[in-house]
Amino acid sequence: MQSQERKIQAPVPNLETKAFWDAAAAGKLMVGKCNACGRVHYYPRARCPFCFSDQTELQQVSGNGVIYTYSVMRRAPIPYAIAYVTLAEGPTMMTNIVDCDLDSIRIGQSVRLVFKESDGGAPVPMFTPA
Amino acid sequence: MSIKGKANIVGIFEHPTRKADDKSLFQLHAECAQGALADAGLSKDDIDGYFCASGDTPGLGALSMIDYLGLKLRHWDSTDTGGSSYLLQVEHAAEAIALGKCSVALITLAGRPRTEGVATGTAPRAAAVQSAETAFENPYAPATANMYAMCAMRHMYQYGTTSEQLAWVKVAASHHAQYNPHAMLRDVVTVEDVVNSPMIADPLHRLDCCVISDGGGAIIVAKPEVAKSLKRPLVKIIGAGEAPKHQMGGVVDLTYSGAVWSGPAAFMEAGVKPADIKYASIYDSFTITVVMQIEDLGFCEKGQGGRFVADGNLISGTGKLPFNTDGGGLCNNHPSNRGGLTKVVEAVRQLRGEAHPRVQVPNCDLALAHGTGGSLGTRHGSATVIMERE
Repeated sequence: MQSQERKIQAPVPNLETKAFWDAAAAGKLMVGKCNACGRVHYYPRARCPFCFSDQTELQQVSGNGVIYTYSVMRRAPIPYAIAYVTLAEGPTMMTNIVDCDLDSIRIGQSVRLVFKESDGGAPVPMFTPA
Repeated sequence: MSIKGKANIVGIFEHPTRKADDKSLFQLHAECAQGALADAGLSKDDIDGYFCASGDTPGLGALSMIDYLGLKLRHWDSTDTGGSSYLLQVEHAAEAIALGKCSVALITLAGRPRTEGVATGTAPRAAAVQSAETAFENPYAPATANMYAMCAMRHMYQYGTTSEQLAWVKVAASHHAQYNPHAMLRDVVTVEDVVNSPMIADPLHRLDCCVISDGGGAIIVAKPEVAKSLKRPLVKIIGAGEAPKHQMGGVVDLTYSGAVWSGPAAFMEAGVKPADIKYASIYDSFTITVVMQIEDLGFCEKGQGGRFVADGNLISGTGKLPFNTDGGGLCNNHPSNRGGLTKVVEAVRQLRGEAHPRVQVPNCDLALAHGTGGSLGTRHGSATVIMERE
């Protein structure tokens, strides 16, 4: 089954997340990096969810990852694959697997970042088989 | 300080409706409240504590519902953790009673998702409310079914769990539902029926998913002195635990639930172990939900849940762990898309000896009710309650 184009709900940025979505518009995927404890987190926040420091910043990631799990929603007008992808830099993020045969998706598969246009908002980070 | 033995469940009610197209939401709550009061032999004026989930009681917290019901209270709480809310509320009511903050606590649940035509499991979430994670999730169209499906997919990958093993959960529920005249689905199904039903979200089939039903229920928790003055069998709360689980900043692990924390807390407080439990109500939004929670509660080793539930091991009279003898959410009822309250109700029926004779567990003196609400695929609240017949 070939994936088709599904209308993607636009993310609504706020004061805390505007920089993330501005970076997305420039084709970059960012994670949260804490300069106090050194750990990276996702989704990015102003305060580190591990050590609670406010010394966080956005850090660009490579866009390489591995599928942790996924599911193809068959009961949708246009079937789509939702997934969690573990980034090479550590954090695991919710995403979609796109531009591929939905029946060929597997856990453990290597994927790479692509951005997809949303319905009137910033482009959204998704992944496709590497 | 413990709640052990400090509060009893004195009244239960499960609304018989499964499609309430002739009643308002508030009306359903009131009918459920009255049903539980009648079961207990109490009246509205006896209630001095009220517990509900804000999600199925529109208005500011519980205030509109309290106004509608005309309650005069000393204590209330509208904590919402989705379907498990009512299990948390049993614990919270017992805590309040143990501290003397109230004596007779009413818990209600009601909803009309079937009448309102909500595609609960498969429709992507609305964007109306923006919480911190919304922008990072909603574009990917998380529904309910595909979130639990991702848990099942990982469980299969990591532990070798099969669709046939998951199907046994539904098969067991259907064996129980055949004796429940109110159950939405009363036909006994086979493993083949489940795995051959249409795929909803890989690897979950239609018959891996719970029903969508209108209805509701209510529970009355009271201090032991009140319980002993009533003419009902005595069911006391001896332990409870609750825990949230979430994405932990990106350290996502969908193979376990918050039951790994709420379960041991409840067992420790009760002073019993999983092997002592005669009957278990386990939240069954999907078949995978049951398998994961059975493992996390310690009824079997982690990863062995699929093997544990297979071959009828959850069927009353045959299996080692009789579960959801009303047919559960998979066959009987999932009012308001929230299955926690009915889990307590059936456990109390079992402890009273009031379950259907064909599914009643002999000498059932120790029961557990457990649930997870929200989504196992993102964030959820886990709650475990252990009850004993006196």
